[in-house]
Amino acid sequence: MSELRFTEDHEWLRAEADGSVTVGITAFAQNALGDVVYVQLPELQTYEAGAEASTVESVKAASGVYMPLTGEVVAVNDQLQDSPELVNEDPLGEGWFFRFIPADAGAVAQLLDQDAYDRLIKANADA
Amino acid sequence: MSTDTLLQTPLHALHLELGARMVPFAGYDMPVQYPLGVLKEHLHTREQAGLFDVSHMGQIRLVGADAAKALETLVPVDIIDLPVGMQRYAMFTNEQGGILDDLMVANLGNDELFLVVNAACKDQDLAHLRQHIGTLCQVQPLFEERALLALQGPAAVKVLQRLAPEVADMTFMQFKPVVLLGVDCYVSRSGYTGEDGFEISVPSASAEALARHLLAEPEVAAIGLGARDSLRLEAGLCLYGHDMNADTTPIEASLLWAISKVRRADGSRSGGFPGAAAIFAQQHSGVARKRVGLLPQERTPVREGAEIVDEAGTVVGSICSGGFGPTLGAPVAMGYVDQAHAALDTPLWAIVRGKRVAMKVSKMPFVAQRYYRG
Repeated sequence: MSELRFTEDHEWLRAEADGSVTVGITAFAQNALGDVVYVQLPELQTYEAGAEASTVESVKAASGVYMPLTGEVVAVNDQLQDSPELVNEDPLGEGWFFRFIPADAGAVAQLLDQDAYDRLIKANADA
Repeated sequence: MSTDTLLQTPLHALHLELGARMVPFAGYDMPVQYPLGVLKEHLHTREQAGLFDVSHMGQIRLVGADAAKALETLVPVDIIDLPVGMQRYAMFTNEQGGILDDLMVANLGNDELFLVVNAACKDQDLAHLRQHIGTLCQVQPLFEERALLALQGPAAVKVLQRLAPEVADMTFMQFKPVVLLGVDCYVSRSGYTGEDGFEISVPSASAEALARHLLAEPEVAAIGLGARDSLRLEAGLCLYGHDMNADTTPIEASLLWAISKVRRADGSRSGGFPGAAAIFAQQHSGVARKRVGLLPQERTPVREGAEIVDEAGTVVGSICSGGFGPTLGAPVAMGYVDQAHAALDTPLWAIVRGKRVAMKVSKMPFVAQRYYRG
């Protein structure tokens, strides 16, 4: 398993051996959202970077999950349809949202690494 | 955001100590959830007992031989014949019949009435009372003086009777002075979750000790405003400012049941409250729109403000409250819809992120109320 990358929108990405990239939301994000009760998963299609590909609904509110990089969604985590709580219980594992093939294979490595993301969280907490 | 200007209830320090996530609500810094989380807090209240800090709500005492008669000029409810030791649901109406606030009124005896009003409306309610009936009775705000705790759930009676055995004999909407931990409190067998339970008015200085004592009981967990909202929504109960406001009448809000028989058009003390003519006209001729229960037929939560359309796509209403019902395990909502679409089982759709979500007009409460009626 390769190391995780992150976006400022609190999504994580993991490059898989087959060239696809798995996307989910971070532990910080699920904790901020509270209990997740519904996930609207993306369609199997191409989305531009920044497009709202998916929506996660907590008991409190709906939040967008944005396409971190331009690419084609090739798989979604159907388990979330019946068990949205997996996003809370295992955000970095069973709670993944979708896999996509990035238009630019090298772009993932340009995103935040663990250290940079941790600094972002800390900066948020101090703000 | 600065929280310096927010008010605090007497339990504020306790909420922080318990790890609550605090949010601004009606001018107060209030716990929306504790570490347990909204879902588990909701379920715990339905299964055991939950303790809610509702001290932000306004407590007001009216005193005087004419207090009941005076209050009847502001609410479409029978206050004159409200028995001593009983509480009744009421609402302040305006000249158009719109709802200025909803409230609880209890008769303490000795020419004293005890009111509980919404936090966001309490200053306005106090001014309203003083302006219209301030010369007919004493209007005494107890905003700083008293805290209000709600102990809700099937185990609430078992817990509270450890402190005061007499509460076990109270039935739904009974109200009486009770000594808890040596402190003079008012206890009512009521609440806003659909469960059996109590609301406890306690002097502010004694509120934290009482809350700590109740939380130490094995059945009791601290519950935040998040679960309070999902509990009342499942119980089909209105939240002021969302499910009703100054532009909705009790008829439109489907609250006709709360207008006492004696105050109705054909009652022996008919009318005599603001907006009576408008309300009676609506009762007689019907309303253009009314509040209904709505059950989404898929898992997508439907939230406040979403448009409601009919099969042809015509907008016929909007959602006033909506979210996920943890006990139902499904989304639940209420909305205002045109009368033609208000019948039970009518299929309707909410527009959520540009897509239609199928719903059905449904009976409320969504989860059966379990009040103790003896």
